[in-house]
Amino acid sequence: MKAKFRLRGVAPTCEADVDLTGNAVGLGGNRYHMDCLPWDAPVSGTVYGTLLNYKGALEALGNEVNEAPYLAPPKAPVLYIKPANTVIGYGMPIPLPQGVPQLEIGAALGVVIGSRATRVREKEALAYVAGYTVANDVSIPHKSLYRPAIKEKARDGFCPLGPWVMERDAVVNPDSLRIRVFINSKLQQENTTENLIRPVRRLIADVTEFMTLNPGDILLVGVPEGAPLAKAGDRVRIEIDGVGRLENTVIPEHELVMGVRV
Amino acid sequence: MKRARVAYSGAIHYAVEADGNLRLDDGRIVEETDVVWLPPVQPRTAFALGLNYAGHANELSFKAPAEPLVFLKGPNTFIGHRAKTRRPANVTNMHYECELAVVMGRTARNVKSENAYEYIRGYTVANDYVIRDYLENYYRPNLRAKNHDTCTPLGPWLVDKEDVPDPMNLAMRTYVNGKLMQEGSTRDMIFGIPELIAYLSSFMTLSEGDLILTGTPEGVVDTKAGDEVVTEIEGIGRLVNRIVADHPSGTTGKT
Repeated sequence: MKAKFRLRGVAPTCEADVDLTGNAVGLGGNRYHMDCLPWDAPVSGTVYGTLLNYKGALEALGNEVNEAPYLAPPKAPVLYIKPANTVIGYGMPIPLPQGVPQLEIGAALGVVIGSRATRVREKEALAYVAGYTVANDVSIPHKSLYRPAIKEKARDGFCPLGPWVMERDAVVNPDSLRIRVFINSKLQQENTTENLIRPVRRLIADVTEFMTLNPGDILLVGVPEGAPLAKAGDRVRIEIDGVGRLENTVIPEHELVMGVRV
Repeated sequence: MKRARVAYSGAIHYAVEADGNLRLDDGRIVEETDVVWLPPVQPRTAFALGLNYAGHANELSFKAPAEPLVFLKGPNTFIGHRAKTRRPANVTNMHYECELAVVMGRTARNVKSENAYEYIRGYTVANDYVIRDYLENYYRPNLRAKNHDTCTPLGPWLVDKEDVPDPMNLAMRTYVNGKLMQEGSTRDMIFGIPELIAYLSSFMTLSEGDLILTGTPEGVVDTKAGDEVVTEIEGIGRLVNRIVADHPSGTTGKT
C-alpha cells in the first residue's frame, strides 16, 4: 500500500510502500521499521475536529443535551480547530502541562483533503479526499462542552498526526475501520467508525456546505466515547486498521524545550 | 506605515499607502480602486474574542465572562477590503462586528502583560460577521455561525505598531448604508490587548503572523443582501464590505 509522509529536516514529501502488519516502510530498496525513521507530521493544513460524532459519545450525554446550557442536541456538525501549534509528528513528545495530572487521548480518523472542497455532494465526497491518517486529539479533561475548549484542546503538541497519509484507494471503506488505543501496550479503548453519526462522506458534505476545505486540511471525524487517560511517561499508541499506527509518549512540559527533548 | 496586499494586473503585490494611493512593491503608484484588496495578512492561527465588551455582552443577555471567551477561525473565512460577503438564503439574523485585530510579530510564550506590546507587529480592522441562525450551544460560538466562507472581512491596512501609540483608546464605528449603527471605543474592552496576549501565551505558543480579533462593542443589528457595511477604527482603517445574496450551486453568481 502506498502512503505519503514527511521526514524531519527534509523538504520533499516522501512516497513509499508501507507494510501495516510489519510496521515497516520500504525506502530505496531497503525496509525500515517505523520506529527507526524521524517522522514529521505528514500534512500542514488546518486541522478541524468534530465534536460528538460517535453515537456512543452523544448517548453518554443522555438527557443533558436537552437541558441548560445545551437546550437541544447538536444539529449541524460541531467543529473546532486544532491550531498549528498543536501539530506534532509520530514519536514526538506530548507535553503534559504543569498541574495537570492526566490527558484525555482522542483517537480520531483524520480525513486528508486532496482538492478544494466547497459544497460537495455526499456521493462525490471521496473524490476530494487524498487519503487518511491517524490523529491523537489530545485534551485536558473537561466536562462542559458549552464554550470552545481552547485552553483544554489547543495546547502545544496536543495533536499528534501520522505517521503517514495512507492513499485513499487503499482504504476500502472509511466507515468501517476499527480503532484501538493502547497505553503502555495495554488495550484501553476499542471502537469502529461504523459508529459515526455522520459517516465520512456525509460529514464532508455537511461541513463544506458552510466552509471550504483546502488541500492539506484534515477533518477529524470525531473521538469515540470513553477516551482513555494518560499520565507522565505513558506511551500512547493509536491504531486504525488499514490506515496506520501512531505512537507518542506523554512528557512533563518542563522537561521539554519548544516541545523537543534536548 | 500602512501596508496592504493587493492583486493588480494579474499578480499579487505588497503595497504601502502613499498620499491616498498605493505604492506597489515594484514602485508603481496605483489608485486604491484599481486593485483587488486581499487580507493584509494570511494568519496561520486566528483567535477571536466573544463578549469582550460589557455593553455587547449585555445586549446579548450574557454576563461578562470572568476569563476570556476565545474561539478560533479558519483561513476560509477571510476576505479583503471592498470584497463581498455572501449571506445564505433563508437566514434571518446576520450581524456585523467591528473589531480591532492584532497581528503578532514574534513567537510568544509565557509573555507578561507589561511586555506584551513588544510581541505585536501591528493592527488591522476586522468585521467578524456572525450568522445567528446557526448558533448552537456546543463550543459556542460554533464554526458554522462564525466561520462561514467570506464572513470575516479584514483590512484594508496592516498598520505598524509604531504608528499606533495607544491601541487601547481608539474610536470604533460601523455604518450600514451610510448610517452610523455601532459606536464604541477599544478602551472598553474587558480584557485588553496586553492581557489577551498574556492569557493566550500562558498556555500555548503564539507565532508571528497570528491574529487576535479583540471583540466588538454594543450596537449590532441584522444586515441584508445589498447592504454596504463599513467598519472603521480610528487611525487603523475603514473597511468596506458589501453583503450579497448567496447563490446555490449551478446558478449564476452575478451580483
